[in-house]
Amino acid sequence: MADILQLLVAGLATGAIYALVAIGFTLLWQTSQTINFAQGEFVMLPAFFVLIAMSYFGLSFWPAVAVGTLVSIIVLGALFKRLVVDPMIRHGVLPLVIATIGLAILMKEAVREFYGADAQPFPPLAADINVTILGVAFAMQSLVVLAIGIAAVVALQLFLNRTRTGRCMQATAQNPTAARLLGIPVERMILYTFLINGALVALASILITPIYLAKFTNGEWLGLYAFIAAIVGGFNQVRGAIAGGLLLGVVDNFAAAYLSSQYRMALPLLILIVVILFRPQGLLGRIEERTV
Amino acid sequence: MRRGLLAGIVLTLAAAFLIAAPFAFKPYGIFILSMWAVMTIAAIGLNLTLGYAGQISLAQAAFVGIGAYITAYLTTRGWPFWITYVFGAVACFAIGWLLGYPALRVQHHYLAFVTLAFNTLVYLVFRNEEWVTGGIYGISNVPRPHVLGWPTNGPREFYYFCLAHLALISLASWWVIRSPWGRAFMALRENPVRALSLGVDTRRYTLMAFALGAGLGGIAGALYAPLVQFVDPTPFALGLSLNLLLMVVVGGSGYFFGPFLGAIVAVLLPEWLRFTEGFYLMGYALLVIILMAFRPTGLLGLADRLLKPRSKPAAKVAAATPDAAMQTEAAR
Repeated sequence: MADILQLLVAGLATGAIYALVAIGFTLLWQTSQTINFAQGEFVMLPAFFVLIAMSYFGLSFWPAVAVGTLVSIIVLGALFKRLVVDPMIRHGVLPLVIATIGLAILMKEAVREFYGADAQPFPPLAADINVTILGVAFAMQSLVVLAIGIAAVVALQLFLNRTRTGRCMQATAQNPTAARLLGIPVERMILYTFLINGALVALASILITPIYLAKFTNGEWLGLYAFIAAIVGGFNQVRGAIAGGLLLGVVDNFAAAYLSSQYRMALPLLILIVVILFRPQGLLGRIEERTV
Repeated sequence: MRRGLLAGIVLTLAAAFLIAAPFAFKPYGIFILSMWAVMTIAAIGLNLTLGYAGQISLAQAAFVGIGAYITAYLTTRGWPFWITYVFGAVACFAIGWLLGYPALRVQHHYLAFVTLAFNTLVYLVFRNEEWVTGGIYGISNVPRPHVLGWPTNGPREFYYFCLAHLALISLASWWVIRSPWGRAFMALRENPVRALSLGVDTRRYTLMAFALGAGLGGIAGALYAPLVQFVDPTPFALGLSLNLLLMVVVGGSGYFFGPFLGAIVAVLLPEWLRFTEGFYLMGYALLVIILMAFRPTGLLGLADRLLKPRSKPAAKVAAATPDAAMQTEAAR
């Protein structure tokens, strides 16, 4: 029983991180039809921003985190939209998919070339101790990650549902033409989603890198998990991405513990295929009209 | 008319270069050229699926892998090459047909994710089912075949074997594209609903597009195994699928000579520009992004456009991108 609880909490913690990445992914899709194949690399990179701020500019950890997040919002949010998405979006979905595949290669190679191919340690957010709750020992790290993940998701939901700007963003996502008719500055709302995505990937990066070390290849599997979380949950729903992320984290952890560590990756992939074939809109998603 | 002549000259020069090349190159250079031919075959397959029929597939590496493993497993156990070759192609054709079923239900990015998941699953099988695939140690000492009684053990002989394959497959795919099948594929790409209403069996042709593309992937794999003489899981991970996709798109998806040009950019140039190290890949990635922003039809689309309006600077451009001129004449 204790085992199961521990696995569940650890799974929810990594799942919360996947959820953050998947939320950013679905936000971009909803507002601008951007399928970001570089989303995994987007999570890989901010950790290096932080490391560079620490080692080259001599900042201590927390200021470096602030700088890394800011750089990530500017580069992976605003510049990504301006330089990659804007010139391409008129060609349709596929060229943008291919361009982001190119972008992923570019980011990976740039990190390898300019920073190094070795895995770098990254300062953890919490001390490496166990906390005993109701007789079960949990890793402090998992609890902190889970708490931050939940706080971020709740804050984002409040922003999207309770503030004027957030509701304008939702209107833009649901129907850009109608939103524009109602006087919503659609372009600015789209920019906001890119900035939010920049912040979300930075947060995810800072949460996950202490566990898996900073390495230029991290984006490969992180991106895959984000896609799976987003699609399984429902591509067009923020709560779908949350559910998908948490489900994926838990399934992944249990599969690794009870099924086979070699095939731990296989179960999420099978779930993905089954969901796409039998419920393409995702577990919580709405059905979208298909474009011919 | 002049363009036709130019195309003929470029094609003849390219063929002459490919035939004469082994006498000028060291064995490693010949190996790279053979690899170019093999990857071009895989990319031709993907071009049928993606470029002509408009179905995105991120699983081509899995089919190359399946073809390679079948050939490697059976030939190291004494089976004759040609039987394993046919097995590989037929198995990939069948699996590709099955993989086409999701394409009947979902489109675009969903299809990209299904095929991507399939590729990763196949990779996991290669890595973990050690009793067949040898796991991470792979299968080594894959023998090279005898062709009509001639051994192809030397790099030069095997290169010609690959080149002959490439020539035959080019002709065959040329024929497919020109046949009613090819026209049905293009109808499917341009407007599936209209194609259906005109009496094209879109269901059958979608599956066929996947199966043919996968079958060519399997043939590329069947050549890959004896070329490298060693098969392990790493080359068949998602990276190669993305790479093949980029080859097709950079060369010009839906252009007959797109895969040839794309494979030059992705397979040959990195070797010749080795001194640039990681910068080559960065430059390549930038090229992809810039092409997608300005010319999503790829290098041949670019050449096509540059050739059209004026005829004088055309000669220069065509000379710079060898396969460009003949494509405008022929493939569209």
